[in-house]
Amino acid sequence: MIPGPFAYHRPASLQDAVGLLSELGEDARPLAGGHSLIPMMKLRLASPAHLIDLAGIAGLKGLREDGGEIVIGATTTQQELVTSDLVAGKLPILRETSLTIADPQVRYLGTLGGNVANGDPGNDMPAVMLALDATYEIAGKSGTRRLAARAFYQSAYVTALAPGEILTAVRIKVPPAGHGYAYEKLKRKVGDYATAAAAVVLTIGGGKVASCAIGLTNLAETPLYAEEASRIIAGSALDDATVRKAVAAAEAITAPASDGRGPAHYRTKMAGVMLARALARAKARAA
Amino acid sequence: MNDMTPTAAERAEKLQGMGCKRKRVEDVRFVQGKGSYVDDLKLPGMLYGDFTRSPHAHARIKRIDTSKAQQVPGVLAVLTAADLKPLSLHYMPTLAGDVAAVLAEDKVLYQNQEVAFIVAEDRYAAADAADLVEVEYEALPVLIDPLKAMAPDAPLLREDIKDKTDGAHGKRRHHNHIFTWEMGDKDAVEAAFRKADVTIKELISYQRVHPCPLETCQAVASFDKIKGELTVWGTFQAPHVIRTVASLISKIPEHKIHVIAPDIGGGFGNKVGAYPGYICAIVASIVTGRPVKWVEDRIENLTTTAFARDYHMTTEIACTRDGKVTGLRVHTVADHGAFDACADPSKWPAGFFNIVTGSYDFPVAHVAVDGVYTNKAPGGVAYRCSFRVTEAAYCIERAMDIMAQKLGMDPAEFRMKNLIRREQFPYTSALGWEYDSGDYHAALQKALEATGYKQLRREQKERQDAFRRGETRELMGIGVIFFTEIVGAGPSRNCDILGIAMFDSAEIRIHPTGSAIARLGTKSQGQGHETTYAQIIASEIGIPADAITVEEGNTDTAPYGLGTYGSRSTPVSGAATAMAARKIKAKAQMIAAHLLEVHDDDLEWDVDRFRVKGNPERFKTMTELAWAAYNSPPPGMEPGLEAVSYYDPPNMTYPFGAYVCVVDVDVDTGATKVRRFYALDDCGTRINPMIIEGQIHGGLTEAFAIAMGQEIHYDEDGNVTTGSLMDYFLPTAVETPNWETDWTTTPSPHHPIGAKGVGESPNVGGVPCFANAVIDAFKFLGTTHVAMPHDNWRTWMVADKLGLHG
Amino acid sequence: MAKTQIALTVNGRREEALVEPRTLLVHFLREQLNLTGAHIGCDTSHCGACTVDLDGKSVKSCTVFAVQANGAEIRTIEGMANPDGTLHALQEGFREMHGLQCGFCTPGMIMRAHRLLQENPSPTEEEIRFGIAGNLCRCTGYQNIVKAIQYAAARLAGTPFQEAAE
Repeated sequence: MIPGPFAYHRPASLQDAVGLLSELGEDARPLAGGHSLIPMMKLRLASPAHLIDLAGIAGLKGLREDGGEIVIGATTTQQELVTSDLVAGKLPILRETSLTIADPQVRYLGTLGGNVANGDPGNDMPAVMLALDATYEIAGKSGTRRLAARAFYQSAYVTALAPGEILTAVRIKVPPAGHGYAYEKLKRKVGDYATAAAAVVLTIGGGKVASCAIGLTNLAETPLYAEEASRIIAGSALDDATVRKAVAAAEAITAPASDGRGPAHYRTKMAGVMLARALARAKARAA
Repeated sequence: MNDMTPTAAERAEKLQGMGCKRKRVEDVRFVQGKGSYVDDLKLPGMLYGDFTRSPHAHARIKRIDTSKAQQVPGVLAVLTAADLKPLSLHYMPTLAGDVAAVLAEDKVLYQNQEVAFIVAEDRYAAADAADLVEVEYEALPVLIDPLKAMAPDAPLLREDIKDKTDGAHGKRRHHNHIFTWEMGDKDAVEAAFRKADVTIKELISYQRVHPCPLETCQAVASFDKIKGELTVWGTFQAPHVIRTVASLISKIPEHKIHVIAPDIGGGFGNKVGAYPGYICAIVASIVTGRPVKWVEDRIENLTTTAFARDYHMTTEIACTRDGKVTGLRVHTVADHGAFDACADPSKWPAGFFNIVTGSYDFPVAHVAVDGVYTNKAPGGVAYRCSFRVTEAAYCIERAMDIMAQKLGMDPAEFRMKNLIRREQFPYTSALGWEYDSGDYHAALQKALEATGYKQLRREQKERQDAFRRGETRELMGIGVIFFTEIVGAGPSRNCDILGIAMFDSAEIRIHPTGSAIARLGTKSQGQGHETTYAQIIASEIGIPADAITVEEGNTDTAPYGLGTYGSRSTPVSGAATAMAARKIKAKAQMIAAHLLEVHDDDLEWDVDRFRVKGNPERFKTMTELAWAAYNSPPPGMEPGLEAVSYYDPPNMTYPFGAYVCVVDVDVDTGATKVRRFYALDDCGTRINPMIIEGQIHGGLTEAFAIAMGQEIHYDEDGNVTTGSLMDYFLPTAVETPNWETDWTTTPSPHHPIGAKGVGESPNVGGVPCFANAVIDAFKFLGTTHVAMPHDNWRTWMVADKLGLHG
Repeated sequence: MAKTQIALTVNGRREEALVEPRTLLVHFLREQLNLTGAHIGCDTSHCGACTVDLDGKSVKSCTVFAVQANGAEIRTIEGMANPDGTLHALQEGFREMHGLQCGFCTPGMIMRAHRLLQENPSPTEEEIRFGIAGNLCRCTGYQNIVKAIQYAAARLAGTPFQEAAE
């Protein structure tokens, strides 16, 4: 498997990168970790004439806390998320999710930006971003903008990114200390995409769920924010009947493909099972 | 004798002969990245080949236009069937008496079939050009289901042989029929079923899988026009067979063909056959006058070269009420894909499938196999098993469980009741095999005790009760199996490939200073032959294993042999090695007698020397005798000390084993976890226990993969949906369980060192053991059989059908 | 396509070369530098046979372009033996514990294990299994690979290796 030929660009600044992207148009693709794009190129499912390597842009790297938010540069790798104290302390769901993605080698190079921006419904981070209500920072030739993750995904590989735009960072409001979280992923083996996965972030006060947000992975053409299910859980004591109702609501919004992971109706059912397990684990973790 | 003189035991230990855990010789290069695999080879002026392949499973080729591909810079040639036809090379003979297309002429018969071969200066240019060959296809109806292959209105696949009513194995009665192979006494079986108290019948399907060694198939061909000689380096499990086939196809005399199999990155049956890539690389080298390398990528490997299984076995057992089996009947539909390229001994189109009576004393049995064509890739190799033996073992071990269930008997107890008894060996089975040796009851008893089988059953019962009470959502399954392998093909009276008897060979040459080189007709792909053959020689003639070089894979230097597959290396070449060593030892004894001035009969062998009986101070070591053989042989004796042996085994060997597996099944997701797996193997005499254990670990892991997830799956249009490692299940270290290994030792009575072979047993026994364990979890609710693979969704469906999801 | 100049350090040696941008790192190492220890097993970044160490990260060199490695420091299996030519503890461990059979996955497996032990010098069995999950082996069933890595961990820590009871 050999990729087709392309011209290689390694801009040193975001401005140059965005300039190149808009100048070269449809023929150009940004390259971050490359672990989605390069296999596609080797299979000749993608044949960009230009690759714009983002690795030289210092501004896209690193994690920092900014007020009540954590800002993660787009080229931050999964491995950096796994080993970050800031993530472990304040956004532990990111670490838990990262560890379910691909394998060690891929995590050393695969980036958060690539995972959330390329629009592959199999990617794990987007559902987590929906649950965390993250905001994406986007740069284009005409400037920068911010967009809620919940407004970003349109269909498989189609996102709100306009031609020439790059996702530069992810901003996540730090959940309250003591929040409960879980990312439950059913897969065939290490390295596989989810058969079904559920991300849950919740807070508990006075024995009741004060807030809850649920995201689902690989169960439709886009990651799913399970709004109705989240609403059902909020205010409840996470009793069995409520969980069953939420599971039904979550299952109802799925539209998975039938593939080697199982027929569609099985994957829908697994969405429910993963959600129920994620809720239970999140509850157990909540202070 | 002073105290410094080593004892016999110390001297034996120094030899590192049979029975010791000798560290592997091969590893020194492998751990340093210095193995030499085919793709590591770089020759001056070497070109690269790549294929344009068919996206269709069945289509007529209307037009091929190579002009754009020819224009890619660096491209030297684009070959199509039109180029090969004048040379009569557009088809090649298969090992099964059929022909297979090298490049498709007017039709493609499976997805990714080879249509054009590009030859270019580098692999990047070749890949670019492969994309630019334009082929116009007219799609034809696709046949995927082998059970529908012989329907009257099934599409005609093989137009090239449509008028051929005589196949390689008898009459063809349908255009998609390849052969029917029968064995056993049909009438007696009929009678047994009429009389039976209890019968079962089940369609037991073994899905299509692929051996998928980590290194794909590859070759470098280099034709020397001046000498008229062809050299081919390749991933060949059977280099001599490849040389003979290459000679027959190319008409280059066999002595002008040099076939070299360097280090091989796993084979498991995938690298037995000859593939279009090899032929095209050879033709391209002849056409261009330069060496040509062809390296398969993983998708090509999984979708075109040598699948395994795809056996659909309707199985019936007759039995008395108290659990004694009285008859077995199996009718199999065998899907061979588009060409019959099955790698079986010529007279055995269904391999040794008639081992299907297994380890049980069936008085009568009958088996029939119908081979059929479909729009799938050709192959049908023995993926880490002897020919069609895993199919047979899976079939009988599933069926025995189903019968035990119907009788209400414990499956272990039912097996105990029907195992062939020790005193029955040598045992002739109802389907004609003569089992050499065994103590089956002792082996099964040991396995049951080692695993605490009764306690496991009690625990399972408690779990079922708790499940019924709603206290757990996990079920527990226990698989127990007993298998008999049949390996070491094979005796010339019933085994040949393309008319070549399936002997194997060893040549040993002792150097004057007492070190040695041994060359064999087999070819290691990871089995550690360089280590173990030396151990056999060390024990036989008293030269330290470290002083023996073992060489395989070069047809110019190795004696003719049939290669390594079907666990035949130890049973056949291991025997040849011992026999050649014994010839050397016999000559050495005469030399020793001469030097010690005694009669031959007055000498006795003592680890590494001949000594005078009753006078152990007088001896000659093998090292001394080696020197004397060259420099002071007895008068009239030829100098030198070497021997060659071609071993035609008197019988197959029959390794056996008892396995127990415990699984926990998550009813809500269908996920299965292997809690415990115990494997007791009896492979006769054990040459290197470390390597045996490694072979068993590996075989069990492959069995685990097959039972739990592997499938080469085709959709109804004939597209392979599991053609890369994203979807074709190769377990990682995380999914793979820990293995417990154990053994008994029942030497083969007819083998010179009593060894039986072991590499494939764990796959043969492992697959049904996992399957039985998963199904066992649901048995108490009435489930009798579930098809493999037992991946999450299929297992969930079992639970769902039983109404376990509320 | 125009070639690009790259300079990198491989096994302590500075290398400069002109490469086509699409040249995969694994092809660059194997064919231009003749370092054939990294193997190609799957082409799709699943098998890990091509694993090398790049700037302190284990990477699959079949899914990295050589141009991306410009300026990087790379270590391959050929650079693992000790300076005096003796085997590295991992290489020794794989041989002692029978952690390999056909040898095809071994260089990638050792390079991955090397980085794992750099980050976690005394991993548990579970951590080892998780840590090498990006490397497939078709021969060994992993059990002896786990032991080989445990052996190396003990050797590197200067403690005697004790096989866990089964």
